[in-house]
Amino acid sequence: MDQLLQTLKDGIAIGSLYALIALGYTMVYGILKFINFAHSDVVVLGAWLSLLFARKLEAVTGWGAPPWWAGALVLILAMAACALAGFCIERLAYKPIRGAPRLNVLITAIGVSLFLQNMGQQEWMFGTRPANIPALVNDATLFTVGRVNFTLLDAAGVGTALALMVGLEWLVFHTKIGRGMRAVSHSTATASLMGVPVNRVISTTFVIGSALAAAGGFLWALKYSQIKQTADTSWTLLGLKAFVAAVVGGIGNVRGAMLGGLAIGMLEMFGAAYLWSSMTDVYVFGLLIAVLLLRPGGILGKAVVEKV
Amino acid sequence: MLEVRDISVAYGAIKALHGVSLSVAKGEIVTLIGCNGAGKSTTLRAISGLVRPGSGDILYEGRTLRGVAPHEIVRLGLAHSPEGRGVFPNMTVSENLDLGAYARKRSEHAQIREDREKALDLFPRLRERLKQSAGTLSGGEQQMLAMARALLARPRLLLLDEPSLGLAPQIVQLIFRIIREINAAGTTILLVEQNAHMALQVANRAYVLEVGRVVMSGDAKELARTDEVRKAYLGHG
Ligand SMILES: Nc1ncnc2c1ncn2[C@@H]1O[C@H](COP(=O)(O)OP(=O)(O)OP(=O)(O)O)[C@@H](O)[C@H]1O
Ligand SMILES: [Mg+2]
Repeated sequence: MDQLLQTLKDGIAIGSLYALIALGYTMVYGILKFINFAHSDVVVLGAWLSLLFARKLEAVTGWGAPPWWAGALVLILAMAACALAGFCIERLAYKPIRGAPRLNVLITAIGVSLFLQNMGQQEWMFGTRPANIPALVNDATLFTVGRVNFTLLDAAGVGTALALMVGLEWLVFHTKIGRGMRAVSHSTATASLMGVPVNRVISTTFVIGSALAAAGGFLWALKYSQIKQTADTSWTLLGLKAFVAAVVGGIGNVRGAMLGGLAIGMLEMFGAAYLWSSMTDVYVFGLLIAVLLLRPGGILGKAVVEKV
Repeated sequence: MLEVRDISVAYGAIKALHGVSLSVAKGEIVTLIGCNGAGKSTTLRAISGLVRPGSGDILYEGRTLRGVAPHEIVRLGLAHSPEGRGVFPNMTVSENLDLGAYARKRSEHAQIREDREKALDLFPRLRERLKQSAGTLSGGEQQMLAMARALLARPRLLLLDEPSLGLAPQIVQLIFRIIREINAAGTTILLVEQNAHMALQVANRAYVLEVGRVVMSGDAKELARTDEVRKAYLGHG
């Protein structure tokens, strides 16, 4: 019973993190129909910037224990900085090749990814050694069920992820810009005939996706406290799993990405707890293969039928 | 109101228009007829900014549309209901209508609601289906939605691309009656049609397009009486 609860808790925690990152992949794919390989590098940027902001804050306030708002402030700063980075990446790298063959765009995305990884390794940026983020939450056990502790940190992590997802859901399905995004994702040309400013919608998509990626990086930093250098393979794997989550949920589908993220997180944790713990990656990519074979559009993806 | 001056359009190596000129005066219904691939849709796309003419100019209410983005052209009061309707199938009828008014400011809220009511009065079938997703509508209903949505941009000039395509005869009658009503309410219309018979009945003037060139133009009723048009487009031997 304790193990079940613990596994469920861990699954939700890591799953909501995957979901946040998967949203960025899926939103960009939904609108531009390409996989933004640089997305996971924005997650890394978010993690490192969280660390820098946290250290700065710690130095400025000279806190013994972090004040309650420290985490929120660092999160907001990291999201804002990554949003700006996302805006610039789109403007400088992708916008100039809009309409170019897909392969060109793909290669550009890989180029942006390598650029961010290598720039991050420079000593004047983050360097090549791992670093530890100062504690941002004055952690305490909130309540205990059986032998499973639910801590403030758990609650903050899952709460942040959920709040952001609810916010995004609202934005996409209940606001004007969200309507514009969905229109562009179906047809750029028709959307522009409705008066939707396509370029601005694309920019907004990158900004939002990158801000969510930053939140993913922040939560990762909060969870593991040690942050590896920007080209570390663990980051690549994180990005890959989030991408798998987007595909499993149905690429281009916002709700699908959330569902896919949770599914992958649960699968990993349950697989590790009840099967072999060294094989979590195998479960994830096994699920990907199964979904691609049985339901190529993903769980929530469906073929769109247009009447003539 | 609209003046297309000698425009040429190419898709890569394929030349679609070779110097097309036409004009539409305020209050008119003008139709553009021609066979498949004649360049009718391309002409409309050039007017609404979706494709850029290689040469020539397009003037709308006296100002050039050269270099103006499609979403800005809508703001000038020029709406385009595209070929194949282009409804957003995953969105509800109501959301599709909201998109039609995307270009308008929040401050026009009351006016938008009024226009929406008017559009729904014109197409009462849509009112019953506001919450239904547009992909599940019949072809005729999708056409109604596409037109209602274009009206929500409050256009002074409305471009309609083959509104009768693939529809049952009664629905075609209905659509053409509504085109008249929209025009009577003050909207100028440029209508692209393959159904030349209906189009020439409803229009004031007509242009005949063949492989990217205007080959005939004039009063719609007179054109309908010429041998060339009767033979090629009205199916009279
Ligand atoms: N996106 C495109 N890429 C390449 N060629 C195109 C494209 N769109 C149209 N064409 C070509 O341009 C020419 C004119 O096409 P257009 O769609 O304007 O014709 P149309 O008169 O509207 O025909 P229809 O009655 O079949 O709709 C055709 O030869 C067509 O093959
Ligand atoms: Mg056409």
